[in-house]
Amino acid sequence: MSEPLLRAAGVTKRYGARTAVDEVALELWPGEVMAVVGESGSGKTTLLDCLSGRLRPDAGRVEYQTRHEGLKDLYALSEAECRLLARTDWGYVHQSPDQGLRMGVSAGANVGERLMALGARHYGRIRGEAADWLVRVEMDPLRIDESPRGFSGGMRQRLQIARNLVTRPRLVFMDEPTSGLDVSVQAKLLDLLRSLTRSLPLAAIVVTHDLAVARLLAHRMMVMKDGRAVESGLTDQVLDDPQHPYTQLLVSSVLQP
Amino acid sequence: MNAPVPIADARAAAREPHYNFAYLDERTKRMIRRAILKAVAIPGYQVPFGSREMPLPYGWGTGGIQVTAALIGPRDVLKVIDQGADDTVNAVNIRRFFQRTTGVAITERTDEATLIQTRHRIPETPLAAGQIIVYQVPVPEPLQRLEPREAEARRMHALGEYGLMHVKLYEDIARYGRISTAYDYPVMVHGRYLMSPSPIPKFDNPKMHMSPALQLFGAGREKRIYAVPPWTRVESLAFEDHPFQAEKRASRCSLCGSGESFLDEVIADDRGARLFLCSDTDYCRQRRGADA
Repeated sequence: MSEPLLRAAGVTKRYGARTAVDEVALELWPGEVMAVVGESGSGKTTLLDCLSGRLRPDAGRVEYQTRHEGLKDLYALSEAECRLLARTDWGYVHQSPDQGLRMGVSAGANVGERLMALGARHYGRIRGEAADWLVRVEMDPLRIDESPRGFSGGMRQRLQIARNLVTRPRLVFMDEPTSGLDVSVQAKLLDLLRSLTRSLPLAAIVVTHDLAVARLLAHRMMVMKDGRAVESGLTDQVLDDPQHPYTQLLVSSVLQP
Repeated sequence: MNAPVPIADARAAAREPHYNFAYLDERTKRMIRRAILKAVAIPGYQVPFGSREMPLPYGWGTGGIQVTAALIGPRDVLKVIDQGADDTVNAVNIRRFFQRTTGVAITERTDEATLIQTRHRIPETPLAAGQIIVYQVPVPEPLQRLEPREAEARRMHALGEYGLMHVKLYEDIARYGRISTAYDYPVMVHGRYLMSPSPIPKFDNPKMHMSPALQLFGAGREKRIYAVPPWTRVESLAFEDHPFQAEKRASRCSLCGSGESFLDEVIADDRGARLFLCSDTDYCRQRRGADA
């Protein structure tokens, strides 16, 4: 394919006098995982919201490669088109699974919701698909009728991932998917994410402050500071040979075990 | 309760002159009529209206009363039912309210009425063209339990995103093995808007489909009016492998012997004996009259 899946140019978002995201440009190709790293308040999450159609930027353009009509300006789409895109071709994994899940309904209903939204009306098939996805995210399919309230943090996060992937999206936005989990659960989740992005294939933009997450998952990464993209490139290249002083500081501040 | 209400008596009840005809002032009635017209034009869509303070509390049918008051004319024949019965508190009070404020003729017979205000039932006697049935609605928004943000719920209506309602039915089947929702069972109107049929038993849902009568719904506290015009498709939601089923007890009415009507269970003594009666008192009486 000669065109990127997602292309952003000059994306700027201001909150009053403060500029949260300042003229950020990026291209994401199908099947590619990109990490956006930076400290708290550097504009990572605001950028993710702008890219995922949730927050209209004050300036700049975000284009997405739709399945049938080529690259289209996200903010020129109608609300109905944008929402359809968000629940079919995209996924959004929240930092806190409580935000991304419906805590009042069972695991199976959580996974099946997108299918039903797209018009699936056969209970047996919806349930079969949900059970299938629970297995794929390494959960026990026997827990399909349990409420996510009874699940651990790691399981909730996995359920959230299954719920997003059930429509086989091409692009998933992830906002700090592993923070808030303990280290061994983090490692397992990262492993799962890595195998899913490889096998599906799935493009992803992962916002994180954890360089280890970037190293494990991402092909490319972008470093943000004060709303600007200060450095970007192949993950190994950026982490092993950081050019910008801020990136150097970031890399050197990671504890070496 | 066995003797039919003498209609002549009802006609004799004079209208109290202190109130405007049907209690509401004329401008309010026009406002409500405009909302009704809009509701009829967009079947199933909830039209906001400026609900008035009524001389009885919310939850007693203030929405239905305002719709009835906006429509009623001196030549109308009014029937008011509560849970199918003409002689329960809510029905008696609303009927008396309209007798005092309009002096119109009242009836208990479904086929004689031009205007029927109801709470929680649709009469067993099929409605005819020219009749209007007004439902009292406590919660007009079918998505309320699932999506508490009202703005988001309205956006979902606007975009026709109703997958969430099936999530609830899915959850029912996963938990109980069947769709356990027994009343206020959600329907799609004219293939477009998801609608709450008010808390009627799902037994009554099929009666709404392609009904020759005009069906109006008034929610006083929530300030919404919606409508199903005559001959409109009303489909109950379901899954392909769990189709909609109108529930019905296997028993028969102890008074009229009907096996088709919706039955109320009545505890007959202290030893747990029970009997079943038609919830529609008029239907039951007509049947017994015909048998005798």
